[in-house]
Amino acid sequence: MAIYVHRHTRVLVQGITGRQGSFHTAQMLAYGTRIVGGISPGKGGQKVEGVPVFNTVFEAMEVQPAEASILFIPAPFARDAAMESIAAGIRLLVLIPEHIPLHDAMEIMAYAGRHNVVVVGPNTFGLVSSGQCKVGIMPNDYFVPGPVGVVSRSGTLCYEIVGTLAAAGLGTSTVIGLGGDRVVGLSFIDVLQRFEEDEETAAVVLVGEIGGSAEEEAARFIAASMSKPVVAYIAGRSAPPGKRMGHAGAIIERGRGTFESKVEALEMAGVPVANLPQELPQLVKAALKR
Amino acid sequence: MKLYEYMGKELFQQYQLPVPRGRLAESAEEAAQAAAELGEVVIKAQVLAGKRGKGGGIGFASTPEEARREARRIFGLILQGNPVHRVLVEEKLAIQQELYLAIAVDGSARCPVILASMDGGMDVEEVPPERMVRFPVDINLGLQPFMAREVCRRLGELAPPQQKQLLELLPKLYRLFRELDAELVEINPLAWVGEKLVAADAKINIDDDALERHPQLPRVTDKTDLEQKAQELDLAYVELGGEIAVMANGAGITMATLDMVQSFGGSPANFLDCGGGAGVERTAQALELLLGTNPRVILINIFGGITRCDVVAEAFVKVKESKGIDRPVVFRLVGTNEDRGRAILEGVGIKACRTMEEAVRQAVALSRGEAEA
Repeated sequence: MAIYVHRHTRVLVQGITGRQGSFHTAQMLAYGTRIVGGISPGKGGQKVEGVPVFNTVFEAMEVQPAEASILFIPAPFARDAAMESIAAGIRLLVLIPEHIPLHDAMEIMAYAGRHNVVVVGPNTFGLVSSGQCKVGIMPNDYFVPGPVGVVSRSGTLCYEIVGTLAAAGLGTSTVIGLGGDRVVGLSFIDVLQRFEEDEETAAVVLVGEIGGSAEEEAARFIAASMSKPVVAYIAGRSAPPGKRMGHAGAIIERGRGTFESKVEALEMAGVPVANLPQELPQLVKAALKR
Repeated sequence: MKLYEYMGKELFQQYQLPVPRGRLAESAEEAAQAAAELGEVVIKAQVLAGKRGKGGGIGFASTPEEARREARRIFGLILQGNPVHRVLVEEKLAIQQELYLAIAVDGSARCPVILASMDGGMDVEEVPPERMVRFPVDINLGLQPFMAREVCRRLGELAPPQQKQLLELLPKLYRLFRELDAELVEINPLAWVGEKLVAADAKINIDDDALERHPQLPRVTDKTDLEQKAQELDLAYVELGGEIAVMANGAGITMATLDMVQSFGGSPANFLDCGGGAGVERTAQALELLLGTNPRVILINIFGGITRCDVVAEAFVKVKESKGIDRPVVFRLVGTNEDRGRAILEGVGIKACRTMEEAVRQAVALSRGEAEA
């Protein structure tokens, strides 16, 4: 079944008439995603790549009910658009934009939590259940069906790793980008739990980075509650403390969120941590044999 | 954006939070004048680096003459690379007790969190977890009186007048946190002085992504010139001081490239994420920034998704032709429009690598003056 999204998931695109929105609508359609509508206030009635455009999410939901929505809205306006989707009954929200103010993100998460809405991102590439449904901006080529679930805090590094896995004959069930911001909707634990229950997933690759404590929390969960093997890669071994390494969340603050702390926690939980990304296929294959 | 202590205290005053009497001084003479007004004083270097006390950045004086001397000494310091341009001269407090109070963002709980401890005045990392009260705040509910009461109860050792003042102080601090889009507001120590709680220090960090909503706030930077320039171009850039300048597309893959450089024995000069889907112009600007670090070798790692390999190659040729790049360049180029990108690079005599590992090994070998692999 894969997790969160599958071939029947109906998807809306907020900001569909923009440059990014229209480009990725075409890419998602090419991947096979069922995009049933787009939203762009004031542009209702138009079509983008054959997809009908609506003025509001409520209007779209009346005509073309959907479970998921993906946002291509400039950061200063993302909060309003996200709240609109939650209010209109969307179940899964993918927030692509970077630079959404931190307090806006906290408000979105609180509102989503009250409505049991799953939020992916912000500052994410989205998610893809290979061969079924892509709700995101990743390149279409590397995501071929297979037994490996991947959950990552970063985008291009994740493509690199999925590409390496694919080249070694390892396809993916679902690949999810948690997002590079400090406050994001999903944690490693949320996703690991779903992978643990998913029949199509046999092993999980966790791609973490410095900053925060999500990897340490994941390690505790893995030790206590995962029967499926997990292998990991952590970026940022060479990062100096106090510097934000591109992602808002990738910063060692007050001695917390270090590379060493994450690797130690994962290894204690029995998770092999690759030194270099290209070692991951080997580790996955070894884990699958066990 | 981190604010200086004196800016934080000005904001505290706007929010009716108690701060010591003080004056900002930009010269030893001004410090002496301030001391003449204030009596016995503490003189504190205004720098963004932490641990300034240990670096000698805090001094005491009981006369204007002493204040002049102390200020002169402090103005001569370089604290963790930061020269001292301003000092804050404040009345010396007869501190009886030091508490800790902050509001921060809890990434795991996705909400604001109140942090409070009876162990103030030391590095917050040194406070044992069981001595730190953490109380999450539902952001859509806001700080409620019951939350403040519960924080006081968990602190356990508060005298009744301290509790009363803390209950008044917390909502003001929370209002500041919310209204100014703060990532962190911290009072360490929150001093108990003559039956009053006083913010003896102020640390405020404002969310960079929300600055446009706050035109009234001062703009402060602790970035180097190149980092500043990168910020203006909206590029993520950090100076690291090594020999191999690195550019990649995506924060994670850029970090991973730096890690690999280091693990193969090289030293990265910088972190530069040119982002996804950048055009020729922007990519060219990023490349020019790379040259600014005066590296021995340039390493470019592109895994094209939304980023197109031909665009990066074209930008590179443009910069090479206009600025002239006189040092070795190692390229890794795969993904969208890879063939076109490779052809463009071959036109200027560069054969792009296919894997990250191959490219990093080459770059490290070149930086050590070894023959190209």
